[in-house]
Parts: sequence; C-alpha cells; structure tokens
Amino acid sequence: MNRSSRHLPHLGGYLGALSVATAALMAIALSLVFFYAPLDAEQGFLQKIFYLHVPLAIVSLSGFVIAALLAIMHLRTGEARWDMRSYVAIHMSLIFAVATLITGSIWARGSWGHWWVWSEPTLVSFLIVFLLYATYQPLRFAIEDPERQSRYASVFAITAGAFVPMNFIAVRLASAYLHPRVLGSTSNLPPQMAFTFVVSLIAIALLFATLCSCELTAKRARMQLRALRRAAEARAGEGEDALAPARRPRSAAPSLQGAGTLAAGAPRGGA
Amino acid sequence: MLAELPALPLHEAGKYVAGAYVVVFVLVLVYVAIMAVRLSRIQRELAQLSSSQRAVPDDPRPSSPAPPPVS
Repeated sequence: MNRSSRHLPHLGGYLGALSVATAALMAIALSLVFFYAPLDAEQGFLQKIFYLHVPLAIVSLSGFVIAALLAIMHLRTGEARWDMRSYVAIHMSLIFAVATLITGSIWARGSWGHWWVWSEPTLVSFLIVFLLYATYQPLRFAIEDPERQSRYASVFAITAGAFVPMNFIAVRLASAYLHPRVLGSTSNLPPQMAFTFVVSLIAIALLFATLCSCELTAKRARMQLRALRRAAEARAGEGEDALAPARRPRSAAPSLQGAGTLAAGAPRGGA
Repeated sequence: MLAELPALPLHEAGKYVAGAYVVVFVLVLVYVAIMAVRLSRIQRELAQLSSSQRAVPDDPRPSSPAPPPVS
C-alpha cells in the first residue's frame, strides 16, 4: 500500500532482535556496574548512579539533536515519516530527560546533601532544555491543520536542537561549578570504570532505539488500521462522508494521513 | 558554597543507588505498560474490523430488479 506497510513484515523480526540485544546488554551493563567496576575513592558506592545518570543525559540530549536532524529531513523532503520520527525522538528524549533529572536529584541528595542546587549551571541548563522541549507537545496540539502542525513542529525541533549544543558549550565554559565534567575527562577514569561506562552508554542508547522503534511500529499499525477502517466504511457505504478526507481527531501526534500529499512526495512550496 | 560530602557508608548510599535504578526501571515499565495497552487496543479494533468485514457479503450490489410481467 505504502512504504510503511511494505516494511511492517520486517519490523517484527528487527524489533525482536533489537529488544533481545537491548535486554542482554542492559543485563551485562548492570553486572559490570555492580560486580566489575571498582568503588570510587571519593563517593564510594553512591558513584554507581554515574553509570545510569550520565548515559541517560547523553542519550537524551543526543535524541534532541537527532530529532532536529530528522526535522531538517522533513522540511527538505516534505515526507511525513520524518516528522513522525522527529516527534518520536523528542517524545522519548523527554522521558529520558525526566529519568536524568530524577536520578541526578537522587545523586545530588546523596552527594551534596541537597535535592537541587539552583546555582549549579549544569543542572539548571538541563532543566531549561527539558522545559523548552516540554512545550513541543502543547505547540503541536495548538495547531489543528496537520501540515502546518508538522511544519511548525519541525522548525521548533531544529531551533531547539541547535540550542542543545550551544547550551552544552556555554555550561562547559562556566567557571564555577560543582557538577563533575564527564565528556573529555573519561581518560581520568580507571580503565574498568571507563569500560563499564561505555557499555552502559551503549545499553541506554539501545534502549532508546528500541523504545523509539516500538512507538513507531505502534503508530504505523494504528495508521494502517485507520486506513483499513475508512476503506471498509467506504465499501460498506456507511454514509457519504466515509469517502471524504480523513477526519483526524485533534492530536499532538503526527499523522501520515494528515500529510498524505507530502508523504506521496508531492512538491510543496515554502518549506 | 557547596562541598562534596564524605563518601556515604554502603547502608546509607545503597538506598540512593537503589532508588535511582528503581526509578528508571519503573519509568521504562510504565512506558511498556502504556505501549501494551495501546497495542491491545489496536488488536481489539483489528478484530472488530475483521469481524465486520466477514459480516459484509462479497457483492453488496442489489440484485437486478425483476423483469416486468408480460401482459
């Protein structure tokens, strides 16, 4: 029928393999964290949160940047599937950002004695990025026309995505901070810790990819189901509006039908 | 302003580490549960659709009218 339906039969095997690989690597990473990596001289057992918190933060921020790249692809090609992927990447990155904030807070409480430190630029900047992306869904929901919704959302994703590395650099240039620097200083980690950290990072990245694939598959299945239902209604002749263009419930989620002309590769101006 | 506290003993740090890992596990679990609910809804709708398709006859066109009686 269309590109997504052609790919659906392969997705089951792909998604299954990805899920198994993620589960296996997560198990290996957890084993390394608790049975292989040595205890930190300063923080002791509390430092084990590092192997969860830092990969979550890195994957979350990378997800925002990836979403921006996917949004660029959407604006360049006009194909709705890129908008869908960008939406799912932002959605998943937000969930990972929530996990980052919570685990960071727990670590700060144990390490510094405070749940949150407002004078710490790393914490506050991450919160700003999170709050910025928290407005993405309301922005989509506020726009009813699917094509305008996807186009504005892509512009937002690109702008906010450019803000993420700028924010990262600005924070690293800040002189006064308590939050430890991770990227660029992994050479300071003992080899066992560095290895455990890299495995944890790959495991969390795989988890991100698996959850994104799950959500994309579910959304494609739902869209195909809608298309089938419309076709069935049209065939059964249940009212004249069964043949009318799809009536889309007001939603923040992108729709391939809503931008059907774009998905078909129709030229568009002004993108 | 803030200085790092000395390393917490294992029984003290353990609850923070466990808390952090449990929070992430619960988040992933909640997400998977939401996905499961969505997929079961899709499955239910698909079953409804297929049952309604089976109920519709293959050729829904009305049969041709009977020929007028020959007078």
